[in-house]
Amino acid sequence: MRVARRALAGLFAAPALAQAAPVVVVVGGGFGGASCARALRRNGLAVTLVEPHATYTACPFSNTVIAGLRPMERQRFGYGALRDQGIGVAHQAATGVDATARRVTLADGSVLPYDRLVLSPGIALRFDALAGYDEAAAEVMPHAWHAGAQTELLRARLEAMEDGGTVVLTVPANPYRCPPGPYERASLVAHYLRTRKPRSKLLVLDAKDAFSKQRLFEAAWAALYPGLLEYVPLSGGGRVTGVNLAAREVVTEFGNHAGDVVNVIPPQRAGDIARIAGTADRSGWCPVDPASFESRLVPNVHVIGDACIAGAMPKSAFAANAQARVCADAITRLLRGAPVPEPRLLNTCYSLVGPGYGISVAGVYRAVEGVLADSPGAGGISPLDAPPAFREAEALYAEDWFATITADAFG
Amino acid sequence: MAPRLALSLLLQAMPAFAGEAPPGASSCLGCHSPARADGAIPSLRGRDPAEVAALLRAYRDGTAPATVMDRLARGFSEAESRAIAAWVVR
Ligand SMILES: Cc1cc2nc3c(=O)[nH]c(=O)nc-3n(C[C@H](O)[C@H](O)[C@H](O)COP(=O)(O)OP(=O)(O)OC[C@H]3O[C@@H](n4cnc5c(N)ncnc54)[C@H](O)[C@@H]3O)c2cc1C
Repeated sequence: MRVARRALAGLFAAPALAQAAPVVVVVGGGFGGASCARALRRNGLAVTLVEPHATYTACPFSNTVIAGLRPMERQRFGYGALRDQGIGVAHQAATGVDATARRVTLADGSVLPYDRLVLSPGIALRFDALAGYDEAAAEVMPHAWHAGAQTELLRARLEAMEDGGTVVLTVPANPYRCPPGPYERASLVAHYLRTRKPRSKLLVLDAKDAFSKQRLFEAAWAALYPGLLEYVPLSGGGRVTGVNLAAREVVTEFGNHAGDVVNVIPPQRAGDIARIAGTADRSGWCPVDPASFESRLVPNVHVIGDACIAGAMPKSAFAANAQARVCADAITRLLRGAPVPEPRLLNTCYSLVGPGYGISVAGVYRAVEGVLADSPGAGGISPLDAPPAFREAEALYAEDWFATITADAFG
Repeated sequence: MAPRLALSLLLQAMPAFAGEAPPGASSCLGCHSPARADGAIPSLRGRDPAEVAALLRAYRDGTAPATVMDRLARGFSEAESRAIAAWVVR
């Protein structure tokens, strides 16, 4: 015990504490970055958040905006509470990282030194993955996988469509942001069509054969949207390889499908700054240590949220927020020379398949051989045979979760 | 060897700073807001930690009705659940 205590005293006098107060820079003010900046600040550290936009537009619940069930204003959040908390907020894009000198360069040329850097840049859409689907094509066939103008564009397209039209929605292979998100969107678009344009059809083309909460979604579709929503998996020829803008068609190996409204969700990778910083591997995503979320490739740089490879954890706002808290505590320990404990994280993702009809998937994660893995016996999806009151409760909890997570991230 | 092991165990268990969460606990705040008292999902701030630990045990055993807490509580042992309960009510 005496030995231990003396060793501990030595550890707590590690250089970072003895010298100037350590500085943490966080790049990206979304669910991961904003949550992490706030948690680091609560732990007493000096924090600067780098985020180009003055207003953040949240993706969770943006599918209800697309379906006309919710106003866009409720998706928007500012950074005033972060400033009030004493976090420096630079409304700039980070353009470079010098990991040797520990400096971040911003778009205006200014330079921020750091002791530890957190990257939470979210996703970049791969405009090189589907033939003909580039940024200009996204103005015609919106992805709406970054919330904001794209969400409003898809909403406007659906509103302008005549009754009797066809909507085509394409889904990428794993991994991508929000695994159940495309199927929630399909459900809510189907709800809009059934209630407002009942002679219309929705065709969902998927690049895979199995997906998140599949049995729950399929049971709901059969009950709520029979004859309206057609789902084509990979094995049925669902993999989209390109688009033909002039004909408003998507291209598969088995033929083309025309749509009056076409929503292409393209393949994705980590946000560009992750690659620029050297933290992304050949997959386009960032390998990290599961206890600290420190990059496996670049020391003193941590990657959280959609950009990181979090093993069994999905790319969700819940996960980004949970990782942000664990990462903030790990950084606080590391800056004090203390070891980082074994990690444990949770995830819960709700989807709405219609108003008042919620379903969920949950997980508990621990590190197994350096990768976050499902805890055996825990997690899973809502029961298949749950009564309507259960589905209603989960729809209510989904709303409540959104209120809590956005309050935690943005105040 | 023995003192080194003891030290590493001690360091794992010791919080490095005030209010540090035990493993798994900080994720709870993603739904259970310490700031919002009016939510459909209850805030746990100020609750009796023994009562919260008992609830976690009941969710784990499947003896309390739940939507998602049964699926989450099964990921933790009794000792882990007690540590989480003690922290999450702060
Ligand atoms: C339709 C849809 C529905 C969804 N529903 C849910 C849901 O119900 N539940 C759930 O948990 N998740 C949901 N998600 C997923 C969730 O939105 C993401 O997982 C979450 O936003 C990830 O957080 P992040 O911090 O990694 O990235 P983001 O939240 O995207 O934040 C990244 C931020 O980084 C900034 N940035 C990027 N590059 C730079 C740079 N170079 N310099 C400075 N800043 C930069 C961006 O401007 C952005 O603000 C949904 C997603 C979609 C598309």
